[in-house]
Amino acid sequence: MTDNKNDLIEYLLRLADNAMINGQRLCEWCGHAPALEEEMALMNVALDLVGQARNWYEYAAELLADGRDADRLAFTRDERDFRNTLLVEQPNGDYAVTTAKLFLFDAWHLHTLQALTASKDERIAAIAAKGVKEATYHLRRSGEWVERLGDGTEESRQRMLAAIDELWRFTGDLLAGDAIQQRLAEAGIAADAAAVAAAWQATVEQVFGATNLPVPQPSSYFYLDGKKGLHTEHLGILLAEMQFLQRAYPGATW
Amino acid sequence: MYAQLVETGVKRVKSLEEMSPEERAFQERIDAEIKIEPKNWMPDAYRQTLIRQISQHAHSEIVGMLPEGNWVTRAPTLKRKLQLMAKIQDEAGHGMYLYSAMETLGADRDEEIDKLHAGKAKYSSIFNYPTLNWADMGAVGWLVDGAAIVNQVVLQRTSYGPYSRAMIRICKEESFHQRQGYEILLTMMRHGNQAQKDMVQDAINRLWWPSLMMFGPSDADSPNSAQSMSWKIKRMSNDDLRQRFIDQTVPQLEFLGCTAPDPDLKWNEERGHYDFGQINWQEFYDVLKGNGPCNRERIATRRKALDDGKWVREAAVAHAAKRQQKQNAA
Amino acid sequence: MSEWILFEVFVRSKHGLNHKHVGSVHAADANMALESARDLYTRRNEGVSIWVVPSAQITATAGDEKEPFFDPSQDKVYRHASFYELPDEVGHM
Repeated sequence: MTDNKNDLIEYLLRLADNAMINGQRLCEWCGHAPALEEEMALMNVALDLVGQARNWYEYAAELLADGRDADRLAFTRDERDFRNTLLVEQPNGDYAVTTAKLFLFDAWHLHTLQALTASKDERIAAIAAKGVKEATYHLRRSGEWVERLGDGTEESRQRMLAAIDELWRFTGDLLAGDAIQQRLAEAGIAADAAAVAAAWQATVEQVFGATNLPVPQPSSYFYLDGKKGLHTEHLGILLAEMQFLQRAYPGATW
Repeated sequence: MYAQLVETGVKRVKSLEEMSPEERAFQERIDAEIKIEPKNWMPDAYRQTLIRQISQHAHSEIVGMLPEGNWVTRAPTLKRKLQLMAKIQDEAGHGMYLYSAMETLGADRDEEIDKLHAGKAKYSSIFNYPTLNWADMGAVGWLVDGAAIVNQVVLQRTSYGPYSRAMIRICKEESFHQRQGYEILLTMMRHGNQAQKDMVQDAINRLWWPSLMMFGPSDADSPNSAQSMSWKIKRMSNDDLRQRFIDQTVPQLEFLGCTAPDPDLKWNEERGHYDFGQINWQEFYDVLKGNGPCNRERIATRRKALDDGKWVREAAVAHAAKRQQKQNAA
Repeated sequence: MSEWILFEVFVRSKHGLNHKHVGSVHAADANMALESARDLYTRRNEGVSIWVVPSAQITATAGDEKEPFFDPSQDKVYRHASFYELPDEVGHM
């Protein structure tokens, strides 16, 4: 089924790009984290994410069968071809922004991967099963940090509130499904967007509730769509850095 | 090395007869290769020297993340990216093992880091050189980690228990670092285009001499060596370590098909070692004093990370206190 | 003064083994200490269980108390199996 295959490739690239871009942003913290313990923790999360991205890219590359391997997919596609959600491409900001960004993503990621462990596509189910363990820990960590900052000092609370305010508008893009995902979900392959969104909402309400952080109203659509490659301006710059060597020396072996 | 020119504050090594009974028991214990543990009596100079040495070593690991961090966002493939991330993470981890060993001596990690940021503590001169192309990631792993390993393998037998145990753990984990670096270079030399091969030679040209400087000046010019040796917190002379490093590295260099920027480098049949040219010690002292290419940037980066993170660390403390309060009230 | 508390870390490397001291971490609370210990000391699959204990809560023998503390047990050889002689015919016990 060609349609199904194209849908699947598209869906895999979303999963891959989400993990990859999030991991890339975490790499930017290297050497700059607020404590040595956090250096370790952030790099651990980044390693998990880039590792997951590699698994998704490899599967996508096999299905594409157009000569591109995982590296070509990660390092030579243009920003309009990237399928990640807008949230993960946002700049790191201060530690509150990074924490909020990770938490909002982790909650979505864990519920998505949990659903995917039951995928009828065995390869997806296997990659997701490994990813669930990692994402469970990611969510535990980022959730705890939301609480620490949300209910720490007055300054940290203000920063956390500002971070949520800054990032919330991207959660619509994070949670939205589309026809491709719908078709795959109906075929038992992809996660159901509405179900993930509901689980996400419950997790966010629980963690925010524990520290009296208000949960904003659902964010409204604002005419960009990561799944269609309609990104904020931040992604292009991020890719220029991430893809530099592959772009400057096309086809080289590293 | 990662710890260079560590002050002992001791002008002359005492003989056993000159020592107090405590000092003598301590020295005899060291001579018998029995580890000194945190709660054992130790001369203050030993404690202070170790704090300086271990903290320097730890600072080097932490500052050493920065030259590689410079390329982690630009690594060329997923595999290389993951390897580099894991390596940098190990460095943070090794810094922490070492700080942990240092704290068993009664020193405080935050205070020692403050000294680093105030310019009062040293770290290895090597990390004050910039990383200018991807081959530097290979050369750092191969040469810099290679030089560090030569020293650290010997330090596994150091007299202070926690330091020795940290070194054992670090050596075990670092075995992949040097291979990772060499593999990067070998891949570029074997499968790369001319531009990539040029990168490799360029990286070696820039990092060769600074790597040799890592072992510190000749022991004749290292006034603290004798005391450190008798305390067994240093177990081989700087020159011997450097020679060992050169001897094992030159064949690897040749296998790569590259050259060292040293016209005097050649095998000496009679000595059974490689001869090498004169090291520019003026450069070494300049870099150590803060006048290297990246000293200011390295310290500024670390200081900014700490300053920017202050509110985060304070929030964590405040939150922990609030939780404790709630628990007590319940 | 440290901003965060120093915790000692103990890791059980395999089921059936004791927890073993491996080092320390700095953390604001015990939960954070556990996570930092996990990230730092079990990166290579070294653990199945971790304990963290505030360093200040540990009471230890002084290093030079070895003699009064431990030597008395040295001559109590009857605590060791090899003290008891059995004829070979009894076999392994």
